[in-house]
Amino acid sequence: MVEWWDLTYRFFSFSDAAVRLVVAGTMLLGAAAGGLGTFVYLQKRSLVGDALAHAALPGVGLAFLILGEKQFLPLVVGAAVTAWLGGLAVDAVTRYTRLKLDAALGMVLSVFFGFGILILTHIQKGGYADQSGLAHFIFGKAAAMSPGDVTAIGVITLLLAVTLMVGFRHFKLVVFDPGFAASLGLPIRIWQFALTTLVVMAVTIGLQAVGVVLIAALLITPAAAARQWTDRLAPMIGLATAFGSLSGLLGAYISFLAPALPTGPWVVVVVSSIFAVSLLLAPNRGIVWRLLEFWGHRRKVSRDHILKALYRHGMDRGNWTDYYPRRAIAELWSFRPGELRSALGQLVANGSLERSGDMFRLTSAGIASGERITRLHRLWEVYLSRYLDLPSDHLHRDAEAMEHVISPELEAQLTDLLEHPTHDPHAQPIPYERAKGEAKDQAS
Amino acid sequence: MASSPPIEVHDLTVAYRQKPVLWNVDFSLPEGELIGLVGPNGAGKSTLLKAIMGFLPLLSGYVRVYGKPFEQQRQFIGYVPQRESVDWDFPVSVLDVVNMGRFGHLPLIGGLKRTDKERARAALDQVGLADLAGRQISQLSGGQQQRVFLARALAQDATIYLMDEPFAGVDARTERAIVDLLKQLKADGKTVLAVHHDLHTVQEYFDWVMLLNLRLVRLGPTTEIFTEENLRVTYGGKLAILAEAAESLTRRTEV
Repeated sequence: MVEWWDLTYRFFSFSDAAVRLVVAGTMLLGAAAGGLGTFVYLQKRSLVGDALAHAALPGVGLAFLILGEKQFLPLVVGAAVTAWLGGLAVDAVTRYTRLKLDAALGMVLSVFFGFGILILTHIQKGGYADQSGLAHFIFGKAAAMSPGDVTAIGVITLLLAVTLMVGFRHFKLVVFDPGFAASLGLPIRIWQFALTTLVVMAVTIGLQAVGVVLIAALLITPAAAARQWTDRLAPMIGLATAFGSLSGLLGAYISFLAPALPTGPWVVVVVSSIFAVSLLLAPNRGIVWRLLEFWGHRRKVSRDHILKALYRHGMDRGNWTDYYPRRAIAELWSFRPGELRSALGQLVANGSLERSGDMFRLTSAGIASGERITRLHRLWEVYLSRYLDLPSDHLHRDAEAMEHVISPELEAQLTDLLEHPTHDPHAQPIPYERAKGEAKDQAS
Repeated sequence: MASSPPIEVHDLTVAYRQKPVLWNVDFSLPEGELIGLVGPNGAGKSTLLKAIMGFLPLLSGYVRVYGKPFEQQRQFIGYVPQRESVDWDFPVSVLDVVNMGRFGHLPLIGGLKRTDKERARAALDQVGLADLAGRQISQLSGGQQQRVFLARALAQDATIYLMDEPFAGVDARTERAIVDLLKQLKADGKTVLAVHHDLHTVQEYFDWVMLLNLRLVRLGPTTEIFTEENLRVTYGGKLAILAEAAESLTRRTEV
C-alpha cells in the first residue's frame, strides 16, 4: 500500500525525467489520434485507419534497411510512405475492380503487415548492430521513446492541430456532404487526400508508443465515446482529444505501477473503459438512460391504466365520489408485482388520487387525466379506421399503445384533422374538456 | 448575360466506368422557369445534374452557364442533393447545415460574417423551420430534413437551382411548402431544374418539362410536351437496344 502511494506520488509529481517523457509522448499521441479520429469515425472509415496502421510496418523495416540505423524521423517517414501506399492500394482496388471496401481493406492490411513482418524477421536474423527495438513497432513500447522522439511527436501534433483548425469548416463540409462541397467548387479529392495524410501522420507517430496493431483503437474509440455525449462537431473533437490524452496519461500511470505490462495496451484498455462508461451512462444515447426512460414509460402506462379505468367506472355510474379498494383496482390491469403499489403512490403524490386507508378515488385533476387518456384512445381509433381503413376489431390494441405517447400538439393536430369527432368507431362518445367543470362540482 | 441561357448543354455524353449513362444530350434552359426533369429509374436524371456541375468526366460535349464554363459561374448555382446522400446522424445543428450555403461566398480561410448568419437565418425562416435552428439534424422528420436542404440552397443566393428529387419521401405539408417556395423562386426570376418522380403532379408544379431516358427525349412547355405519346416514348421499351449496347460495351472494356 505504501509502495503504491509512493509510486503514485512519484508519477504524478512528474519529477522523474523518464516519466515526463512517456507521459508527454502518450498524451500528445492520444490527443492527436483522438481529434483526427473524429473525422475518420464520421467518414465511417474506421477500418481504413487500421489498414493504414498495419501498412506502416514494412516502411519501418525498409527505412532501417536503407539507413542501417534506428532514427525516429526517418523511420516515421518510411512508415508514412508505405501507409500511404496502402491507402492508395485500397482506393485502387475499390475503384478499378469489383471488390468491395471490406475485401480491399482485408487484403491490404494482411499483405502489407505480412510483408512488414518478413522484413523485420530478415533484419533480426541479419546481424544488424542497431536493430534491437524495431520489434516494438508491432505492439509498441512507450518507454523506448527518446527526448527527440517526443519532440518530433509534439511538432507533428501541433501541425495537425493547426491544420485542423484552419481547415475546420472545409473538413466538416467535405465529410458531411461531399456532393454539396463539390458543387461549391471545393476540390473534395484534395481535401480527402489531406485528411488521409493527417491520419497517416497521427498513425505513424503512434507506432513506437502503441504499435501498429493497437493504434487504430486510439483513432476510433475516443471519437465513438465522445459521440455519446454531444451532438455538435467541435465539442466532439474536443472531447475525443481529451479522452485520448487522458487515456495516454492513465495508461502510462498503470504501466508505471506494474512495469511488467507495456504502456500501449494499457492505453487501449483505458480508452475502451471510457468508451464503455460512455456507452452506458451518457445522457439520451446511453444504455442506462434509455433503460430509465423505458421504465419511466412503463410506470406511466400503469398509472394511465388506473386513471382510465377509474374514469370509465365513474362515467358508468354518473359520478366519481366512490372510493375503490386496492383489491378492486388490482383487477383492472395485469400489474407486475409491486407495480400497483408504486403506481398508486405516485398518483396520490401528484394529486390525481385521494386516499382513505386502503381505498382510492379520483380527484378533479385525476378525472381530467383519465378523460384525456380515454379521449386519445378513441381519437386514435377514429384516425386508424378513417385513414388506414382498419376494421374495428383491429383498432383497440394499437390505440392502447398510442394513448400514452400522444403529445398535446399531436392531439390538437389529430382533432383538427378528424374535425372533432363525437364518437369512436365502436360508437362510444369521445369526451372533450367539458367534463372538467362537472368533475369539479362533484368533487366539492 | 441576359442573352445567354442560364444553362446550355451541348452534345453531352457521360459514362460511369466506361458504361455510358447519358448520350448526346443537347439543350438550352429558358430563363426564369420551373423545369421538371422526368424519366424512369436509371434514366440518368441525377447524372445530368452532376454532369452540369462538373462532378463527372465527360466523354464529349460541354456545359455553359450564362455563356461561360461552369467553373467560372459557380456562384450562380444553388444545389439541393438527394436527402439520402448524407448521414443525418452527423453531429451538426440545423443552422450549421444552412450556414454551409454561405461557404461559397467566403474566402478560403475565415468564418461566417454577421451578414452571412443573417442570410442563413432568413432562409431557415423562409422554409418555416426558424424554431428548429438549434436542433440536431437527426431529430427532424424527413420532410423537415428536405426543407433544411432547401434552406441551405436559398442561403446560397443563386439564380439557378438544381434540385435532386426535392419531393421524394416528404409529407403533404412539406410538399405544399416546397411548391410555395418554387413559386416564390419563379416570381423572383430564378431558374429551377428539379428531378421529379411523381407524374401526377408534373403539370401542376412545373411550367416546363424535360423528358430524359439516357438521351434527351423532349424539352418544352409542359402543356405541349407532357403528352401521353411523349411519356410512352420516354418510359417505353424502345430503349432496350441502347441499354444493351451500353451493357456489352461495359463488359468488354471494364478491367
